[in-house]
Amino acid sequence: MKQRPPAPPPVPPGPPGPPVPPFQRFLDAHRDTVWRFLVSSVGPGDAEDCFQETFIAALRAYPRLRPGSNLRAWVLTIAHRKSLDVHRARARRALPVADVQALDGRSAGTSSAPDETLWGAVEELPARQRSAVVLRYVADLPHSEIAQAIGCSEEAARRSLHEGLVKLRKVVSA
Amino acid sequence: MSAAAGGRDGGTLERALRGDAHEQRRQREAAAQAARRLSERIAADGLAEVSYATLDSPLGPLLAAVTPRGLVRLAYPDEHADAVLERLARLISPRIVEASAPLDRVRRELDEYFAGRRRTFELAQDWRLIGPFAKRVLGVTYEIPYGGVLSYAQVAAEAGSPRASRAAGNALGSNPIPIVIPCHRVLRSGGALGGYGGGPQRKRWLLELEGALHRGR
Repeated sequence: MKQRPPAPPPVPPGPPGPPVPPFQRFLDAHRDTVWRFLVSSVGPGDAEDCFQETFIAALRAYPRLRPGSNLRAWVLTIAHRKSLDVHRARARRALPVADVQALDGRSAGTSSAPDETLWGAVEELPARQRSAVVLRYVADLPHSEIAQAIGCSEEAARRSLHEGLVKLRKVVSA
Repeated sequence: MSAAAGGRDGGTLERALRGDAHEQRRQREAAAQAARRLSERIAADGLAEVSYATLDSPLGPLLAAVTPRGLVRLAYPDEHADAVLERLARLISPRIVEASAPLDRVRRELDEYFAGRRRTFELAQDWRLIGPFAKRVLGVTYEIPYGGVLSYAQVAAEAGSPRASRAAGNALGSNPIPIVIPCHRVLRSGGALGGYGGGPQRKRWLLELEGALHRGR
């Protein structure tokens, strides 16, 4: 685990269970959740690259997984970290948020204006709040798994989620 | 602050975040396409230790799996695909993806064989799932020419264990690469068809394709 720079997160210990499934089954089982998480947290323009990087990082670590691991929380931890990389890279490029939204194509035609406002606000949330909100409402994760995925306590995850929602509600009702 | 407030609060906002049914379906399709591109890329970049695909054939859909060394498994639909893949994950590696391109050669040669245009297979094979005794038995079987047949006793004798025709039968029954390793060319001594992993109808079909049934009698 130590030889590669983007070291995959440690696998959360789980109860003993069935052996690690073939990678394709793992991908099939979690692709929707990971995809929706990424589309919502980095936008459709970066989602595909992030999706590939997430699952390729998972593939590298895959044979070392312990049977019974919580694979969904594990792959979302990786996806969460990849989404942070994207946001950090954007911050370095210092592109105004409006331009980023124009680039990622979300505002191209089909979607309605309130949606744009909402997703723009989601992307502007601090990282932990953004991931908490997206994992809760888009990926339908329970608080315990949100905490695992973003690497904090369950209480901290609830707090981030709450704070994120408060900010979003202001934007939506504005 | 109520800890529960975050989870249940925000009806309108929650619905907006989840998206409507149409949006959810659109995203599921996008995810499926992204996953397909990813699997092909994983296989093309050599990151998979096993790639598999389902191939159409006159005998039903065949599950074919290759490693970097070659064809390692061919399974009739009677075998549950999940069971086949889980066994490959256990015995070789769980780095298994469904990808079309790595199976191109296998697909082409099998198509030619089923169309009667191919009598010997040239595709690379990986016999790592075959144990030492089965390797001798299937090695003998592999040399039986198109249109020819041998009895279980003959195969056992040629494999160096003349009294082990029952064990030879078991080894043939465990053949992980049927058709390509032609275990269908091994019959009972009296000429009766004998067993076959894919069922006796498929064995008969293959022998008729090869024109072996009449000659065998």
